[in-house]
Amino acid sequence: MSTNAHNFPARVPIPVEPLTPFVAGVRKKAALGSRPMHKISLEVPKVGLSDICLSYRTQSEERLLALDHINLQVKAGEFLCIVGPSGCGKSTLLHLIAGLHQQTSGEVLIDGKRVQGPGTDRILIFQELGLFPWLTVGQNVEFGMKMKGLSKAEREEKTQYYLRLVHLSQFKDSYTHQLSGGMRQRVALARALATEPDVLLMDEPFAALDAQTRDLLHDELERIWFETGRTIIFVTHNVREAIRLGDRVALLTFRPGRVKREFPIDLPRPRVLEDTHVALAAREILGELREEINRSLEVEYNVGVKPHVEAGVEEQI
Amino acid sequence: MKRAARLIVFYAGLLALWTLLAELKIWPPYLFPTPWGVSGALYDGFKDHSYWIAIAVSMRRVLIGYAISVVLGMILGLGVASSKFLEETMGGLLVSLQSLPSICWWPLALLWFGLSQNAILFVVVMGSLLSVTLAMEDGRKQMPKIFGMAGRNLGASGLQLFWYVLLPASLPFIVSGLKQGWAFAWRSLITAEMLYLSLGLGQVLMMGRDLNDMSAVIAVMLLIIAIGYVVDGVVFKSMERHLQHKWGLISST
Repeated sequence: MSTNAHNFPARVPIPVEPLTPFVAGVRKKAALGSRPMHKISLEVPKVGLSDICLSYRTQSEERLLALDHINLQVKAGEFLCIVGPSGCGKSTLLHLIAGLHQQTSGEVLIDGKRVQGPGTDRILIFQELGLFPWLTVGQNVEFGMKMKGLSKAEREEKTQYYLRLVHLSQFKDSYTHQLSGGMRQRVALARALATEPDVLLMDEPFAALDAQTRDLLHDELERIWFETGRTIIFVTHNVREAIRLGDRVALLTFRPGRVKREFPIDLPRPRVLEDTHVALAAREILGELREEINRSLEVEYNVGVKPHVEAGVEEQI
Repeated sequence: MKRAARLIVFYAGLLALWTLLAELKIWPPYLFPTPWGVSGALYDGFKDHSYWIAIAVSMRRVLIGYAISVVLGMILGLGVASSKFLEETMGGLLVSLQSLPSICWWPLALLWFGLSQNAILFVVVMGSLLSVTLAMEDGRKQMPKIFGMAGRNLGASGLQLFWYVLLPASLPFIVSGLKQGWAFAWRSLITAEMLYLSLGLGQVLMMGRDLNDMSAVIAVMLLIIAIGYVVDGVVFKSMERHLQHKWGLISST
């Protein structure tokens, strides 16, 4: 007779997620080249956009549809890039996810829960950064934690940590106007990370930088993404940048913004902008993007003759 | 240096002209005092402490009154700037009220507060409140929207957002309004003090008139100008400089 017969069934080992050591809330051990093990839920995506529509009234009282039934799902720890011609509403989409604006219909879901206004679980890095000029670099990084009500000691420790992460420790007491463009970018990144959001929303953050600085920041962003395991939604108009960084690239159409296609990018990391595989992947996406750009040119310049983007222009896109 | 030299020449000339006119004795000295008569009055006034007391009393009043209007003005200004309805309704009212000289509130203040310090404070507040309010409203509108959004994005809301983001972000845009508010507060105070036995500079000024002591009148006028100028030129200038420096609006030389 089994002694177990009337007892509870033998314990089935429950798969437990391995505990990853956290230092200041950040995954400690992670090396470039090996994808971090993120808790990936099969059912509930980290960020879910379902049927997002946004329309607004123009000055001439017309109703303009800016976003048209956007459906996108982003897994935890995924790096999603959104590309599209200017005016496709990609920045607006980030504002909606951040909860800074309200969509006309549809839902933004974080872990399956509906977003109601801004929250520190998702931090947006604005295109203009929005660093506070009246605060020092350290105080800027500290700001979100201060709003959260963290103790002074804890804030100080984390500020140090995140400034070191973006290599700006020596500039803690500088004001933002004393820094270069690339350094300001890194302050914004540190400020966003310091609130320890699950989702990082980045709105063309490197558009205004020179090529060298941008390459450097691509490397750093990728490294920080590995180290912190955040989910990142990255908006850009630069297709190669999107391929350089993204696990997946979503292409939006020009006005109204719709998801035209999604391209999974399965290239090994770290990728190099000049790599032929990157160029090949870019060509495919660019082909589709060009149609949208031509449509946008037709509308914006209101020309009868169909304008087209010449082959040489590709490099700048 | 050249500028300093020009200033010295200008004021020396002015002083010489004053001395000449006084020496010509076109008018009797109780109507047109000499420079040394005025400096004598200043010396006596400070020596018997009456000017010190008057300055202390007046400064205390203007600081209290000004502080009240800054706080109220910021709340009002922000309110008006953040609501389209308030802007359309209150905004117009505030602008039209600004054309009313603050001393016109004096009769009202007397009835409401009696012949007291509070009546004077009321006039001071009414004098400077509107310029602070309008400045705040304007500053809130000029302030780049990104700061408010960034603040909300980082988890600030309500009072926190106001105190840590909106207020510091709009400071460079409201400093000139705060300065104007100060000037109005100072003028309103002196005017109100002249109408009521109150120990302040305004009263000392009127006392000079009552005693037919024109030297004392001019001496107090000089004091009023000097205090107004010092606060404006030293306090607000350095505040402006500091802000511009911090924001990187001027080079850090």
